[in-house]
Amino acid sequence: MTDTLIGVIDMDMGNLRSVLNAVHSLGFDHKVVRAEADIDGLSHLILPGVGNYRTAMQHLEAQKLIEPIRAFARTKRPVLGICLGMQLLSFTGDEGGTGAGVSLIEGHVERFDPMRVPTIPHVGWNEVRLTRKHPVLTKVKSGVDFYFVHSYHFRVDDPKDALGLVEYGGGEHSDYVAIVARDNVLGFQFHPEKSQNNGLKLLENFCDWDGAC
Amino acid sequence: MLKKRIIPVQLLLASGRLVKTLRFDSWRDVGDPVASSRVYNAQLADELVFLNIDRERRTIDVLLPLLERVSEVCFMPLALGGGIRSARDAEVLIRHGADKVIVNSEVYRTPEIVSEIARTFGNQAVIVSIDARWDEASLSYVVSSNCGRTTEPISLRKHVARAVELGAGEIFINSIDRDGTMTGYDGALIREVVAAAGTVPVIACGGAGTYEHMRDAFVETGVNALACGSLFNFGDNNPIRAKAFLSNHGLSFKVV
Repeated sequence: MTDTLIGVIDMDMGNLRSVLNAVHSLGFDHKVVRAEADIDGLSHLILPGVGNYRTAMQHLEAQKLIEPIRAFARTKRPVLGICLGMQLLSFTGDEGGTGAGVSLIEGHVERFDPMRVPTIPHVGWNEVRLTRKHPVLTKVKSGVDFYFVHSYHFRVDDPKDALGLVEYGGGEHSDYVAIVARDNVLGFQFHPEKSQNNGLKLLENFCDWDGAC
Repeated sequence: MLKKRIIPVQLLLASGRLVKTLRFDSWRDVGDPVASSRVYNAQLADELVFLNIDRERRTIDVLLPLLERVSEVCFMPLALGGGIRSARDAEVLIRHGADKVIVNSEVYRTPEIVSEIARTFGNQAVIVSIDARWDEASLSYVVSSNCGRTTEPISLRKHVARAVELGAGEIFINSIDRDGTMTGYDGALIREVVAAAGTVPVIACGGAGTYEHMRDAFVETGVNALACGSLFNFGDNNPIRAKAFLSNHGLSFKVV
């Protein structure tokens, strides 16, 4: 295993700084990724959040990063999507006009149904129920709160890809995907870099992870 | 279940000092923003709000140096406003570490600023802040811009509805009458805003003097979040104690 070097993708939008600050405070080396050449030598790759699905995909396309991200994932090195970054791991998304995502985990990103939830966006601290064990969840308890802000949610095709669920709105079918995980690819719908101690613990676990389950 | 939020509000001057106001006036120095943010982080506040209230410097320059330093020590959501005049200002703040931007006066002049920010960064990134006061003459709440100095010719209900339609992710309602008085939140004002905001979350500010005031506002208005300044600035109060008290009244806060 090479030295840990965490790459954080700059999509020319969104809150890159908070993720870098959090990774930095945890003591990991990091690097901003703006082009394919920046991906060389990374041990981990993070796609951060905040923004519009379609706009973000257009940025990734303009930066010619979509295929390099997929290639990085194929090498079994750990990939993490945060908030919008998690949604971009999907195959398709509706925000800004339906179109393709980075396509690493089968599923579709759609807007909350206003009839089923009290407010859109889903904003604030909410409990995440963990569905199974995972190396990145070490020392993080099921049922603790993380900070969410999103109007769209990731509907995974295979329920096994949902590593964490969040209940919103009450009644039937009120569980939404809070964490996606398949092999070396992981996504948090909430913001670990904004979720104080438990969030930082998850980020630290991710940065220590070798991508194996 | 989504948790209720408690949000300390920090008011800034161009000098970089924190102040506390009384009915939007009579500034009192209450310290250094980075130090106090670090303390609020340790006290598990749910978010932090920073507002530039300097009447001479209505630009985001006041906020940027602070944001840089606070985002290095606070790993929780940060919302900033006061002097945002364009979507470009919002973008600069978000790039420097803001999670949400707070727009107020510009919404009256250029309502499209809300949709512009929402289109680029999502609805959740834009909070529309509204300064309101009770008007005895018209027996209604009136809204104002420019730190409460200019009364705007639009009803509170219409302004909230317009903000929601433009894509505001949250509404932040300030009671000018209660600001700094520590006499309790303006329940009627909050109820009117919550009703007009529909599915959009509301943060209410102005008047908290005791934890009982917070309980009353949460229980009686259905508001999603309460912001307070004086309560935490003056006296031995903090978000941990507030939540310990409020949890005994059936209100849920984050588990850490």
